[in-house]
Amino acid sequence: MTNILTGIGTFSLNALQNAGRGSMLLLDIVMQMPQMWRMRKEISNQMHIVAVGSMPLIITTSIFVGAVTAVQAVYQMQAYVPMKFLGTVISKSVFIELGPVLVALVVGGRLCANYAAELGTMKVTEQIDALEMLAIDPMRHLAMPRFVATFLMMPIITIFADAIAIFSGYLVSIGTMDVTASTFKEGLLAFFEMKDLLSGLIKAFFFGAIIAMSGLFFGLNTRGGAEGVGNATMMAVVGSCVSVLVADYFLATILFQIIFGD
Amino acid sequence: MERLHDIPLPDFSVDDPASSDGIVLQGLTKTFQDRKVLDGLDFTINRGETVVIIGRSGEGKSVLLKHIVRLLTPEMGHVWIDGEEITDMGKRNLFEVRKRFGMLFQGAALFDSLTICENVGLGLKWQGGLSEEEIHERACTCLAQVGLSQVEDKLPSQLSGGMKKRAGLARAIAMQPDYILYDEPTTGLDPITSDAINDLILQLQSELNVTSIVVTHDMASAFKVADRLAMISTGKIIYAASVDETRDTDHPMVRQFIDGSAQGPLDVF
Ligand SMILES: Nc1ncnc2c1ncn2[C@@H]1O[C@H](COP(=O)(O)OP(=O)(O)OP(=O)(O)O)[C@@H](O)[C@H]1O
Ligand SMILES: [Mg+2]
Repeated sequence: MTNILTGIGTFSLNALQNAGRGSMLLLDIVMQMPQMWRMRKEISNQMHIVAVGSMPLIITTSIFVGAVTAVQAVYQMQAYVPMKFLGTVISKSVFIELGPVLVALVVGGRLCANYAAELGTMKVTEQIDALEMLAIDPMRHLAMPRFVATFLMMPIITIFADAIAIFSGYLVSIGTMDVTASTFKEGLLAFFEMKDLLSGLIKAFFFGAIIAMSGLFFGLNTRGGAEGVGNATMMAVVGSCVSVLVADYFLATILFQIIFGD
Repeated sequence: MERLHDIPLPDFSVDDPASSDGIVLQGLTKTFQDRKVLDGLDFTINRGETVVIIGRSGEGKSVLLKHIVRLLTPEMGHVWIDGEEITDMGKRNLFEVRKRFGMLFQGAALFDSLTICENVGLGLKWQGGLSEEEIHERACTCLAQVGLSQVEDKLPSQLSGGMKKRAGLARAIAMQPDYILYDEPTTGLDPITSDAINDLILQLQSELNVTSIVVTHDMASAFKVADRLAMISTGKIIYAASVDETRDTDHPMVRQFIDGSAQGPLDVF
């Protein structure tokens, strides 16, 4: 019993401490934002890694997400809901939920692993210390560009993924199921609301911040050697995925019950 | 044999560290996990001198160097650099202090995604004021000073251990610092290159009046470059004296260390 209590106590203390240190890191990064123009080359490098590097992953994931959404929607709607709503169901689920969340999970996994392993290795091989000794601030040169790139590119990647997923849902619907192209388009356009797309993009911004922070935080706090880097990478990916799902719930509540609520 | 705790510790008290040049360390204490690596360490390093720090592996020599430039922060104690206390200094001022320092890391710590030339020139590049050609030229000069040529465009992973060490040294001297901290500059080098590095350390001191702190296990190198030798043990500087004095010192631990003997007051394992 006391063991469990000590366990919970240590865990909460660690969590609190990490939250505190994470906020300090975020503050440090935000303080470097005025230097964005000076660091534009590094930021655009990172944007390239975030966006172009993620493309094959995004395209593959989105095609299958769209396809499975179509199949599942048709199955769930049969007999209860007219098929003219198929386009509506697919587009709304993709815009609001599936697009942003799945992009955040797959791209987040990729980026977190990348950031944590790269910065973690630099940390344990004293390259970060070496930067500090050349009066080069790791916050400005490493952390801020990665954060800005992720934050800015996530919504763009998400729009792209949304489009592919809906198009793939469309193809699957008209190709393998009893839905005509015009029925699908009708349903898609009739109930399209800007706030659906917008809410998805707002989520994408937040998810981008979560992903970058998780990768950077665990990377920069790496200790030890190869094992430490492995650990940091794992923690970063897990931390990012879990935080995205938790944040998704709170963002949904805020967006649909408060901001866009009637 | 004299009992160790009967030997008085050298006295490094400074009346007014805020108005003295050089490096003043007072009461530095640092604990990792449960181990006190630095335990109230006092030491002073004067402007322009070369101090060699010796001590057993794991006694905290690298940790001590990192405290001087606040890559590590002590739990207690103070570090004065030319009269400025750096342990609770803001980031901007700290970077200004660090610009006066060059550091050779024990593991070289080269940036593995940059070429050797970019490694050496990185500090100059971000400091501004020099064109790319000038930076390249300066980087090549520094590399030549440490005996490296034809490796400018190689990546660190393509270099041997000793070459990495020398590239790290080139990077440390590229910004023409007032202070250079060398963490084992000759470890892993052949005797001829080692001696060339010793000459370089001496040359930097005589021509540019660089203040150097050299951590080394290489006693030949220590006696060649040092003005003063200091020994770290149990988290304190337990001995510091000029080279000539040290050659025939009867301090048992220092004696054992420079003779390289397994018999003596220092336990082997
Ligand atoms: N970042 C760290 N975290 C935990 N312990 C550390 C850390 N850095 C150093 N130590 C510990 O501090 C002690 C001193 O380490 P340090 O690297 O200063 O030794 P050293 O005197 O330089 O040894 P060597 O001659 O082998 O280089 C060691 O016991 C080491 O385990
Ligand atoms: Mg060391």
